[in-house]
Amino acid sequence: MSLDQATVARIAHLARIRVAPDEAEALQKDLQNILAFVEQLGEVNTDDVPPMTSVTPQALRWRQDNVNDGDKPDQVLKNAPEQASGFYAVPRVVE
Amino acid sequence: MTELNHLTISDALEGLEKGDFTAVELTRANLMAMEEARGLNAFVTETPERALEMAAASDARRQAGEARPLDGIPIGVKDLYCTEGVRTMAGSHILEGFTPTYESTVTANLWRDGAVLLGKTNLDEFAMGSSNTTSYYGEVHNPWTLADEPDARLVPGGSSGGSAACVAARIATASTGTDTGGSIRQPASLCGIVGMKPTYGRCSRWGIVAFASSLDQAGPMTRSVRDSALMLTSMAGFDPMDSTSVDLPVPDYAAALTGDIRGLKIGVPKEYRIDDMPGEIETLWQQGVEWMKAAGAEIVDVSLPHTKYALPAYYIVAPAEASSNLARYDGVRYGLRVPGDSLIEMYENTRAEGFGQEVKRRVMIGTYVLSAGYYDAYYLKAQKLRTLIARDFEEAYKECDLLLTPTAPSTAFKVGDKQDDPIAMYLNDVFTVPANLAGLPGISVPAGLGADGAPLGLQLVGQAFEEETLFRAAGVLEEAAGFTATPALMVGEGA
Repeated sequence: MSLDQATVARIAHLARIRVAPDEAEALQKDLQNILAFVEQLGEVNTDDVPPMTSVTPQALRWRQDNVNDGDKPDQVLKNAPEQASGFYAVPRVVE
Repeated sequence: MTELNHLTISDALEGLEKGDFTAVELTRANLMAMEEARGLNAFVTETPERALEMAAASDARRQAGEARPLDGIPIGVKDLYCTEGVRTMAGSHILEGFTPTYESTVTANLWRDGAVLLGKTNLDEFAMGSSNTTSYYGEVHNPWTLADEPDARLVPGGSSGGSAACVAARIATASTGTDTGGSIRQPASLCGIVGMKPTYGRCSRWGIVAFASSLDQAGPMTRSVRDSALMLTSMAGFDPMDSTSVDLPVPDYAAALTGDIRGLKIGVPKEYRIDDMPGEIETLWQQGVEWMKAAGAEIVDVSLPHTKYALPAYYIVAPAEASSNLARYDGVRYGLRVPGDSLIEMYENTRAEGFGQEVKRRVMIGTYVLSAGYYDAYYLKAQKLRTLIARDFEEAYKECDLLLTPTAPSTAFKVGDKQDDPIAMYLNDVFTVPANLAGLPGISVPAGLGADGAPLGLQLVGQAFEEETLFRAAGVLEEAAGFTATPALMVGEGA
């Protein structure tokens, strides 16, 4: 498996991480080594093996769909980097 | 009398109950040790005022005859557990200054039972690492040093490196850690203490910063097996806030320490005899087998054929879950924000500056293995391997009750080593990762010293929700090993 620069750039964008040009080469090498390491799994025939979906044999619990928390905007916004009028503030999204 | 910061939980509780000292005195001794050992960088946030307040409240309860199970015991809390009003930063720049308005369930359980918060302990960034060198707030040093190079500094292991170092250095009586692939057991081995990962679902994950949700478990780090049992009895319990929390009664784990393992079947998995394993680890493992045999256990050779695939499967599953969990750090709701010309640019700038190298690598690997066209080849394949690994354990447990293995493939290495090659670092967890993939409980018990003078642990892995059997055998192992060595950078002289 070889991971080209264009693929690294695509993954970085999907992950929303800016990668500076001088970091790209080292990152490409590291990611490639990690992928080569995990590709050992290809040696094992898993055709009839179900994927694990739950570590412990238990089903997710049901509960009533009731409001059980809320009405604390101050607490919710307490750690916001920027806020305005009781909302999170972000750069303009729609022109 | 032993200095107060050297006491185990069980000895401290006895002294408090007899009135030999107060919780405030005990806490003061630990706070002084904390100050003296700042060079280890085990704590990222110290909370001395809160500690003394909690200790005074504890003394008042004890005087009123209302003492709780851990009343007055000063602990360090890994900075991955949200603590109300005390900043919680997960070792990351992106959460710098984040101050939760809520308390994690596990820490709330500990405060309910009377424990005292000394401060928040350092860790690898988002718990990703095995040496506590990826923390944005600086590396942690192991209180142990090398016999022939006393000035060289060793890593404490990771990711719960601060939690391990503070217990080993006698700063905290106990601490909490989290274990996703060995993050409690491996640093416990490298720091010469007891580290325990419960069965997945035993401790609530609510309020603990998420790394890989299907693997993460909270657990105790202590200086004795009995202390580990006491801590887990308080930490564990059903929590409706965590959908994978298990609704089972929590036993009194300390009561399981009968010292009797006659007839217990202990499995030795042949696949754990890996290439290049240092001879001293092989020898210690064999010694462990002899100890268990002498205590009346029956030793059984077992096979876990898919062991070699555990680490590669882990390095698909854990990054995949991490890439999803860490998507929330976008500079909008909390933590760091780095401006950009558009919203997307703001996300990209914030995450570029806020995450360290190892976290970026893992988020990107996770993004890749979950991306369109690759999901089946990587993620689905890894989850199938996980089924096979869990089946290996099921088969082995038809022949034995517990497994005995080394905890880590080496003693603590020097700060700066293994930094250039991520895979070399990942190999630290080769013996611990399988239990996470299968959700099983495991415990590392200090068992001896390597030729370099640094400690080595042995690991016991149990069956799901059979922590009592695990503690019982660990108690016997601890007794047989009689580990009494202490680290050079410990605070105070001890007994």
